[in-house]
Amino acid sequence: MFLRWFLYFVLILFALYFIFPLYVMIVTSLKTMEEIRQGTLLTWPSGLNFDSWAVAWGGRGYGAGDTFLKPYFWNSIKMVVPAVFFSTFIGAMTGYVLTKWRFKGDQWVFLFLLFGCFIPFQAILLPMARTLGVLGISNSVIGLVLVHTVYGIPFTTLFFRNYYVSVPTELVKAARIDGAGFFKIFFKILLPISAPIIVVTVIWQFTQIWNDFLFGSTFSFGEAAPIQVALNNMVLSSTSVKEYNVDMASAIIAGVPTLIVYVLAGKYFIRGLTSGAVKG
Amino acid sequence: MFKWLEKNLPKIVMAPAVGLIGWFVYGFVLWTLYISFTNSKILPKYELWGVGQYVKLWGSRKWLIAVDNLLIFTALFLIFCVVIGIILAIFLDQKIRAEGVLRTIYLYPMALSFIVTGTAWKWILNPTLGIQKMFIDWGFENFTFDWLVNREMAIYTIVIAGVWQSAGFVMALFLAGLRSVEDEIVKAAKIDGANLFTVYWKILLPMMRPVFFTSFVILVHISIKSYDLIVALTQGGPGISTTMPALYMTQTAFHKSQVGLSAASAMMMFMAVAAVIIPYLYSELRRENAR
Repeated sequence: MFLRWFLYFVLILFALYFIFPLYVMIVTSLKTMEEIRQGTLLTWPSGLNFDSWAVAWGGRGYGAGDTFLKPYFWNSIKMVVPAVFFSTFIGAMTGYVLTKWRFKGDQWVFLFLLFGCFIPFQAILLPMARTLGVLGISNSVIGLVLVHTVYGIPFTTLFFRNYYVSVPTELVKAARIDGAGFFKIFFKILLPISAPIIVVTVIWQFTQIWNDFLFGSTFSFGEAAPIQVALNNMVLSSTSVKEYNVDMASAIIAGVPTLIVYVLAGKYFIRGLTSGAVKG
Repeated sequence: MFKWLEKNLPKIVMAPAVGLIGWFVYGFVLWTLYISFTNSKILPKYELWGVGQYVKLWGSRKWLIAVDNLLIFTALFLIFCVVIGIILAIFLDQKIRAEGVLRTIYLYPMALSFIVTGTAWKWILNPTLGIQKMFIDWGFENFTFDWLVNREMAIYTIVIAGVWQSAGFVMALFLAGLRSVEDEIVKAAKIDGANLFTVYWKILLPMMRPVFFTSFVILVHISIKSYDLIVALTQGGPGISTTMPALYMTQTAFHKSQVGLSAASAMMMFMAVAAVIIPYLYSELRRENAR
């Protein structure tokens, strides 16, 4: 019995440790600066005061130097949607070929693609910056879509390949004998049973791309920046008074989309994490 | 013509992926490798210059600090993540009530970006209004906690935030590993008179060797690439005391315009990752082929 209490005690203690920063973020965002200076991190706010949220999202409306998250939030949406779509589609096709239309040396092709999951992106930043410049899409949402699509392919391929490997090849063979072609087999046989892996892949790619900072901060600045870059700039911008409540509201706004996905589809999130987390 | 197309359709469909990865991964890494052997400054130059950049890199005080920090961070990050992860996994494995809720809480930091969590930690750890003030207001008047602005200690704040973010993930890996073990093994051991502690210490944990290996690879990989968290928390400061290789690379490339030198540092990072990943891939493939 004592042991049971001890177990729960430790587990709840850790739960509090993990919850602590989120709690502090939320209560701080609801306080005024006056309350922040008087209370401590844990003090409950005097009321539900969403002023800092409004400032974080829409600014104070005094024009120049007024940075707020709304435009960058949309930048991130415009970047995430096509990048997730293209990388998932290419990954599905590649995974399909690698498992159901096997050819000599396909194992090596898979390994060739898989290695892309592991490279430290610092090793491609310099040539990527130049390439985007040459293509005329540096500092644009389109450039970031390209970058995220390309470096997502190794992961999406890995997910689909590992999923399709367990689909019986007999199904495909029978369809081929019946005269079904490459695309027909994909759309009629594989796609209808792909829902779980599509969810895993889309969630993984969405989380990775939404949370990316390295590519965003290297290849964009100013108006084309995605939300994580804007958040960092907002927090670092050295105005005379540090407004922690606005900082925290901004951080929550930047984190809420992925957090919602996590809470709603945690199972799929964890599946992606355990099979794709070699990225970092 | 049509027959050829039909026969080669699978390869044609796969061509974009192979082409893109070939160009944007392999081509780009080779380009960076080449540039690291040149004397490129703001713009890349293509005459070879030998290993000068590498000599310069390993003679640079900032780079040595970065490597030093990386070693400290990696060691502590690994130890704390694995220890906390295992404890949580084993405890959760005892038919705990509300396991789902607890698991969700332990793992949610993984859904957030390092910029978001770094912003939160920066506020919590700041000496004037953060955790230090909390303890002083609680009556511990001499309590000081200024690690964030202390040259010697700032690197440990990055460890705190990093462990907080990733420990739950190790928990998930070990929990999945423990759940995949046959109940029979545990039952048999208990019939033989082993207590719970011995079951875990002598039987289950040794069976988790592949999970240890995977966690090790993933955590080392995360730590070598650490960038966002440092930018959000300390920007490499105070001074240059929390610089890490990834930060060194981007600063050298995009602020100091030392393209050749930054390419050399990028290649050092690449080699460090390769040294961990290649044995891992090799063993994973062997396991898959053995199945």
